[in-house]
Amino acid sequence: MAEIKKQGAKVIYATLIIALFFTVFPLPEWLRPFRPEWVTLTIIYWCLALPSRVNIGIAWIMGLTVDVLTGTLLGQHALAMAIVAFFTVRLHKQIRVYPLWQQSLSVFTLVALGQLLVVWIRGIAGDSPDSWLYWGPSITSALIWPVVFLFLRDIRRKFRVS
Amino acid sequence: MFAYGQAAGLRFALLIFFSLALMAVDHRMHYLDNVRAGISIVVYPIQYLVSFPSSATSWLGENLESREELLEDNEKLHSQNAFLQAQMQKYVSLEIENMRLRRLLDASERLTDRVLTAELMAVDLDPFSHKVLVNKGLRHEVYKGQPILDAAGVYGQVVQVNPIVSSVMLLTDPGHALPVQVNRNGLRTIAGGTGSTSELNLLHVPNNADIKVGDTLVTSGLGGVFPSGYPVATVIVVEPDPSQPFAVVKATPQADLESSREVLLVWKEISEQEKALANTKKENRK
Repeated sequence: MAEIKKQGAKVIYATLIIALFFTVFPLPEWLRPFRPEWVTLTIIYWCLALPSRVNIGIAWIMGLTVDVLTGTLLGQHALAMAIVAFFTVRLHKQIRVYPLWQQSLSVFTLVALGQLLVVWIRGIAGDSPDSWLYWGPSITSALIWPVVFLFLRDIRRKFRVS
Repeated sequence: MFAYGQAAGLRFALLIFFSLALMAVDHRMHYLDNVRAGISIVVYPIQYLVSFPSSATSWLGENLESREELLEDNEKLHSQNAFLQAQMQKYVSLEIENMRLRRLLDASERLTDRVLTAELMAVDLDPFSHKVLVNKGLRHEVYKGQPILDAAGVYGQVVQVNPIVSSVMLLTDPGHALPVQVNRNGLRTIAGGTGSTSELNLLHVPNNADIKVGDTLVTSGLGGVFPSGYPVATVIVVEPDPSQPFAVVKATPQADLESSREVLLVWKEISEQEKALANTKKENRK
């Protein structure tokens, strides 16, 4: 393990920060429920590509950051993202070899799982969203996954992140 | 490295436990406000960058306005100012009269509230709760629960204070309720948020209550959070339903929730008499 050089940590963090940026980027009101879960997508990508470097720990910290950034209950996104990362790392060998559209389906399931956890927690805290639009991000995240995947793969290859 | 081993499983369990503990504490208590404030300083650059384009364009717009437009604006503001000052004269004399009468009645004098202008940041928070970020925080003595107004009426209240920014819950958030009264006859009720920015529900209004479409609702000051007498909403629907214990009454907020860019933070100033009253009450309780 020691021979494999770890490089490109900065690149990984840069992509995550850009994802945070998109998470709060102002959108028109009608488009807001359909904002893809950028941070979850980026975490899923890095968990697939480099599961030994990006896994539940970073996912948890990113989730906590999202909680503060969007003003939600401290720990709800942290929990959801840690669990999503856990399953992604568990299944990364299978998901990696899927064709892109099938990966999209897996991503849909993973993001929806995260959202399910969040809606649960919100329900317990007495702040449950009352519209089916709540599930919009799962669908848009799955739709945009191929683009995110190809983009991040290019970045990973260009900067030789390993 | 520990991706599959026991260590990973243990770490996973620990993280889950830790998240659950965090959520429980954050939901019930206030110990974590400092943690949140700390992380919020780290994420502030992101929020600043995100809102930068919109603040930059408004800055550019202000600076690139033509001379004629500025002159026109100036003229309009001048006439508006004259009008408001004329109104103010009346108001000042009324206020003095009011204070004198209150003194006669031995009631506490009301003081004017201190205000500070804050600007909304163009940052999208959770789409299913009505919250916005304003650019004033602990540095400016903002406190949790502080009332927020805009030029037309009540806007919401502060729910989280961070060092530089704070988040504000709009009065239309489904989790928000505001004690109000009808300006015409003093009928008290509660205005609850619905999740739509143009609608408030008035809770527990009896079917035979004297409330009409077009009535203005003002804060009653009963909740202890908002000072009394600020306009909140206008009644738009009154439907008495004999089969139900309460009527369906809806109102639309007067504040411009969708397009206000500047809001006012209000500090309630408590007069000496009220302070003394509160103190004696505390002592009596002992």
